[in-house]
Amino acid sequence: MNIRQYIPAGILVAVVVAFQLAVVLTGQDYLLTQLTMSAYYALVIIGLSVLMGYAGQISIGHAAFFAIGGYTAAVLTTGAFRLSPWLSLAVAVAITVVIAFLIGIPILKLKGHYLAMATLSFGVIVYRIVLGTGVFGEADGISDVPGFTLLPGLTVTGGAASRVENYYIAWFLVTLAIILLINLINSRVGRALRSIHGSEEAANAMGVNTAGYKLAIFVLSAVFAAVGGVFLTHYTGGIGPSEAGVMKSVRYVAIVAVGGMANIWGALVMGIVLNYLSLRGYFGTYDDIFFGAILIIIMLFYPDGILQRKTLDDLRSLARSLVARIRGRR
Amino acid sequence: MSFFAVENLSRAFGGLQAVSDVSFAVREHSIHAVIGPNGAGKTTLFNLIAGSLAPDSGAIRLNGDPLQSLPPYKIARKGIARTFQNVKLFRHMSVLENVMLGRHVRSRAGFGAALLNLPHTWREERSIRQRSLEILDTLGIADLADADAVSLAFGKQRIVEFARALATEPTLLLLDEPAAGLNMHETDEIARLIADIRARGITVLIIEHDMSLIMDISDHIAVLSSGKKIAEGTPAEIQRNRDVIAVYLGED
Repeated sequence: MNIRQYIPAGILVAVVVAFQLAVVLTGQDYLLTQLTMSAYYALVIIGLSVLMGYAGQISIGHAAFFAIGGYTAAVLTTGAFRLSPWLSLAVAVAITVVIAFLIGIPILKLKGHYLAMATLSFGVIVYRIVLGTGVFGEADGISDVPGFTLLPGLTVTGGAASRVENYYIAWFLVTLAIILLINLINSRVGRALRSIHGSEEAANAMGVNTAGYKLAIFVLSAVFAAVGGVFLTHYTGGIGPSEAGVMKSVRYVAIVAVGGMANIWGALVMGIVLNYLSLRGYFGTYDDIFFGAILIIIMLFYPDGILQRKTLDDLRSLARSLVARIRGRR
Repeated sequence: MSFFAVENLSRAFGGLQAVSDVSFAVREHSIHAVIGPNGAGKTTLFNLIAGSLAPDSGAIRLNGDPLQSLPPYKIARKGIARTFQNVKLFRHMSVLENVMLGRHVRSRAGFGAALLNLPHTWREERSIRQRSLEILDTLGIADLADADAVSLAFGKQRIVEFARALATEPTLLLLDEPAAGLNMHETDEIARLIADIRARGITVLIIEHDMSLIMDISDHIAVLSSGKKIAEGTPAEIQRNRDVIAVYLGED
C-alpha cells in the first residue's frame, strides 16, 4: 500500500487539532461554530471537485442535493414523523441516490454548457419545490430540528456546550471523505474518471464505460452533498430554502474553481476559508456578488485555480516590479 | 469460421451510401489493410468496426460473435483495441498514466473497492503500473513515462497511443491511418512497430491512405471506392489490378 498518499490527510488532522487548541487557549471558542459549518459545506465542495475536476462534468445544481439531504432530515425528525436521525440519514441518502440516478441518466449525456444548464435547471426546480411546499415550511424553512445523537454523549447539535465535540465530528467526517476520495483518485477508477475528462471518445474505445462512471461519480458527489446537508441541519437546528438556492450552487462551483478544479486539497482549503469568511459576515450584503465575481476572475485569469505555481510566480514578479519601481523613485 | 469478418456491411448518411455491402475476412496473425481514395468510405468503415457508428445492415464478427450492436467500450472488452487518425491521448495525464488506462480492460477494481483501497485493489494497481512500464520499455519510450502526454511531438504521441492500445493486450488492433501526419522517418518507425506487433501474435487491421506503408507491410489488402469493395488480394495482386489503378490514377 502506498502510505505516502495519506500524508496530507495526516497533516490535515494535525492542523484541525492545532486549530482547536489555539482557539480554546486564546478564548475564542466561538470561532469553532463557523469552522464546523464550513466543514459540512466542504463535504459538498470536495465531492463536487472530484466530479468537476477529475471527471470533467460540471454541476450547477449541487445545492439541491445538499437541500434534499437537509430537508429530508428536517421533515423526518420533526412534526408528525419524529424518526430517529439515523433512520432519517439513511432515508436521506437513499432518496438522494435515487434522485441523482434518475436525473443523472438523461442529463449526463449532455456536455459542457448544456450539462451546466440542465443541472442549473434541476437546482431551480428543487429550490421552487422547497419554497412552495407546505411540508417544507415554504419561505420559513423548517426549524426546531433535534440534535443527532451519534453515540451516547456525542450529539450533533448547536450551542456553546457542545462546540468542541461538534467541531471534531464535522472534521472527522471531512477527513473520512478526503481519505475515501484520495483512494478513489489514486485507483483504476480515478484514472478512468480522468480519462473521461481527457478524451471521452478514447476512454470509451479503451474499454471505459464512460456513461456508467459519470453516473457513479455524479451520484457519489450528490451523496456527499446530502450528508453535509443532513449534518448541518442537525447542527444548526433547521434549514431554509436559501440552502437550495442557485447562488449556493454557483458558490460551490466558484470555490471548486478557485481551489484548482482537479485538486481536492485546493477545494478543501478554499472551501473552508471562503465559507468561514462568508459565515463570519466579512462579505456583508455583497456575499453573492463576491462569489459571482471570483468565478469570473478565476475563469479569466486562473482557469486552473489560484492555488498553483502560476499564482506564486505572478505574485513574485508583481513584488519584484513593485520593489524595482520603489527603488527607481529614490 | 474466420477470425474476424465484415459481412455485407452498409451505412448511408442521408442520400449518400458511405459504405455499401462491404465484406471481407481477416486471417488471424495477419496484417490486413483497407485502402481507397479520399471519400471511399474508409473512415466510415472504421467507425462501424470500432462501434462509434451503427451499421444500417450487415454484421461484424470476431470469432463468430457479432459486434455490430455493441458500444465501443464493450468492443474493447472483446479484445479489440484501436488508435485514432488524429491521435487522442488523455489530456492532463502523463504518458505512463495514459498507458495504465490501457490496462483498464485487464483489471477489475470497482467503485467500492477503489474508495476503500482494499488490499487487492492496491496490489492490482501495482501490477498495472509494472506492466505499463514494461510496455513503455519495449517500445523504447520509458524515458517519457512522466512527461505530459499531449505536449509530446506528434510522432511520439502516436507511439504512446500504440503503447496504450497494446496495454489492453488486444487480439485485434485497429489502426486508423497510422502514417497520417508523420514524416518518412517516422513512417518507417511505425512500419517496423506494426510488423513487431504482428510478430507478437496480434492481428492488425489498418485503414490507410499511404500506399507505400501498406504495400510494404500488408499480407492482404481490400480496396474501397465510393463505398464499395472493388478489389481484394495480396499487395502484388493489388498493384496489378486494373480497377485499382483506375480509381487511384484516374482512367480514360
